[in-house]
Amino acid sequence: MATIEDVAPGPEVKPRRKLTGYWLILPTVVWLGLFFVIPFYSLVSSSLFDPNGSVLGGYDMTYHFANYWDALKEYKGELWRSLWYAAVATVSCLVIGYVLAYAIAFKAGRWKNLLLILVIAPFFTSFLLRTLSWKLILADDGVVVGFAKWIHFTDLLNLVGLVDGNEKLLATPFAVIAGLTYNYLPFMVLPLYASLEKIDFRLIEASSDLYASPFRGFLRVTMPLSLPGVVAGTLLTFIPAAGDFINAQLLGNTGTRMVGGEINSLFGTQGDYAAAGALSVTLMLIILVMVLAWVRTAGTEDLV
Amino acid sequence: MSQVSESVGAPTTSGSRDLKLSQLTKEYATFTAVKSLDLVVPQGKFFALLGPSGCGKTTTLRMVAGLDVPTSGTIHLGDTEITYEKPYKRPVNTVFQNYALFPHLDIAKNVAFGLERRGVKDVKRQVADMLELVELTSQAHKKPTQMSGGQQQRVALARALINKPEVLLLDEPLGALDLKLRRGMQLELKRIQTEVGLTFVHVTHDQEEAMTMADTIAVMNRGVIEQMGAPSELYENPRTTFVANFLGQSNLIAGEIEGRDGDHVTVRVQGALASVPGDRAHSDSGKGWLGIRPEKVLIAEAGQPIDAPGDVITGGYVTDVSFVGVSTQYMVRMPWDQELMVFEQNTGARAMLPVGTKVDISWRPEYAFLLDASQDAKAGIEED
Repeated sequence: MATIEDVAPGPEVKPRRKLTGYWLILPTVVWLGLFFVIPFYSLVSSSLFDPNGSVLGGYDMTYHFANYWDALKEYKGELWRSLWYAAVATVSCLVIGYVLAYAIAFKAGRWKNLLLILVIAPFFTSFLLRTLSWKLILADDGVVVGFAKWIHFTDLLNLVGLVDGNEKLLATPFAVIAGLTYNYLPFMVLPLYASLEKIDFRLIEASSDLYASPFRGFLRVTMPLSLPGVVAGTLLTFIPAAGDFINAQLLGNTGTRMVGGEINSLFGTQGDYAAAGALSVTLMLIILVMVLAWVRTAGTEDLV
Repeated sequence: MSQVSESVGAPTTSGSRDLKLSQLTKEYATFTAVKSLDLVVPQGKFFALLGPSGCGKTTTLRMVAGLDVPTSGTIHLGDTEITYEKPYKRPVNTVFQNYALFPHLDIAKNVAFGLERRGVKDVKRQVADMLELVELTSQAHKKPTQMSGGQQQRVALARALINKPEVLLLDEPLGALDLKLRRGMQLELKRIQTEVGLTFVHVTHDQEEAMTMADTIAVMNRGVIEQMGAPSELYENPRTTFVANFLGQSNLIAGEIEGRDGDHVTVRVQGALASVPGDRAHSDSGKGWLGIRPEKVLIAEAGQPIDAPGDVITGGYVTDVSFVGVSTQYMVRMPWDQELMVFEQNTGARAMLPVGTKVDISWRPEYAFLLDASQDAKAGIEED
């Protein structure tokens, strides 16, 4: 029966086939509608509430667009800091993750699977617990701080303004960025590994046959071919890192608050839905613009 | 770098930049891929390494390219030793088996790759010239995946050739193409080689391909060269049963060597006496395999006269007939229960002999060859 339909799609067969496609995407549409479109609509509308509303008195919809201006004015420091921390963490993840993914993809041999499992293994422990343990690792009188001081790493960090003074690491911007880097590293490593692993080794041999030294070959062949992984990895790292507040809260100080923390406290404790909504939408728009610009620059649509 | 272009631009002076492999050996943990190989590829020649898969031909090629490091032995280009030279420093380029074109670069950039890495000027013009040579000018800005297998093959060739290497290595370059395209590309490759005058080393398992293109063929088997020579020489006068079977087909008949008589060796074959020219007898005493190519065997109905008879054996009968257009292929069962192959041109002089016909066969003694009986008579069959 099926083969007959394939060979001669009669007029009554076509609509049914089309319907199958719609049935198949239905669950996704319902899911997106329930958990994205409706919440998003509610978020955007709350961002336009009268800013004088409160949990007790209720909120009036007054299309108060000035909420956005107020949010930007009031929280521009946090917004800027969030993007800056997320960017530094993403670049750190990229550097560490690329080396790691490259080693696993090309040099690990039979250890490949074990190493991949080790990359994912931290997920078996709670995100909070792992972040809290960084408090112990970076503790003021701990080995790590001692060593960092000994090699004058703390002086270097102080110079670029990632720590305050050269005595401690915890409760500094450095600690927050380190926490972000640590927590989002697997999201960088996995897409990088996936794109590196499928590179045909013969292409690298061909580049070396065509007078490219290993380094030039890497720049001209391996790296461009891994670009889809770089784009996917940076997006998966940057986007959640920019909205993260746990790392800033647990590893930072009052001067390292990120925008996620502000949104959390506006929604959760202060009940200022208007400001929280406006700030959320602003962050979302900024990230969206940055992502579009980045994907355009990286030009992954050219890649196979 | 300048050395590369100079020696290429200069007319081929024989011997100056020959590729020499001496005692070249490659051992892996569990087996030896190439055993003490000695080989000279004369400059400007089309050389084929022919053998079944796993015979060590690709390993040999990769060692010349620098992609594999030999366990021992040396590789020289003229007087320069390149055994341990890095691949990207050798004046040698490769056309890879599945082309290995860079998928993120368009055709022009693929072809320009080698020149750009060496900082050559004038890349654009050279790329344009090269694309013209392989007739792909209009495709310059396509990506490799948008091209057919035959076009990709030509891009791979252009990408290697543009560097004017002293030696161009071709690793089964036509293996992925269909038969018709392959025949066309064989002639094309040969034409380009003659035009540019570079040394080509071609690895293949296709004996017809090797014979069509190469000036010299080295037949490899289990890491060693069985025999080396011009295609006609290898075909007409094989030295081993492997070569006799791998290059075309052969009838090998067990015989007892009677002895050498002047420039002939006499062999007793199943009661009859046959003679083999001295330079085609690769054994002098004891048992031997008398070899004769199927198309050299003449066939006639029992008792009928045979054209140009030579050594005759009687008492066979036809067990199978295949008509293949230009020729008819007979299987003839001989009294000692061996089936011999006979290919006869369809000249129309006589009707096809039906199955069961009693026949006599004959061959001119100058086409027979004699091999040592210690070898397996089936070596090289179906190892393709």
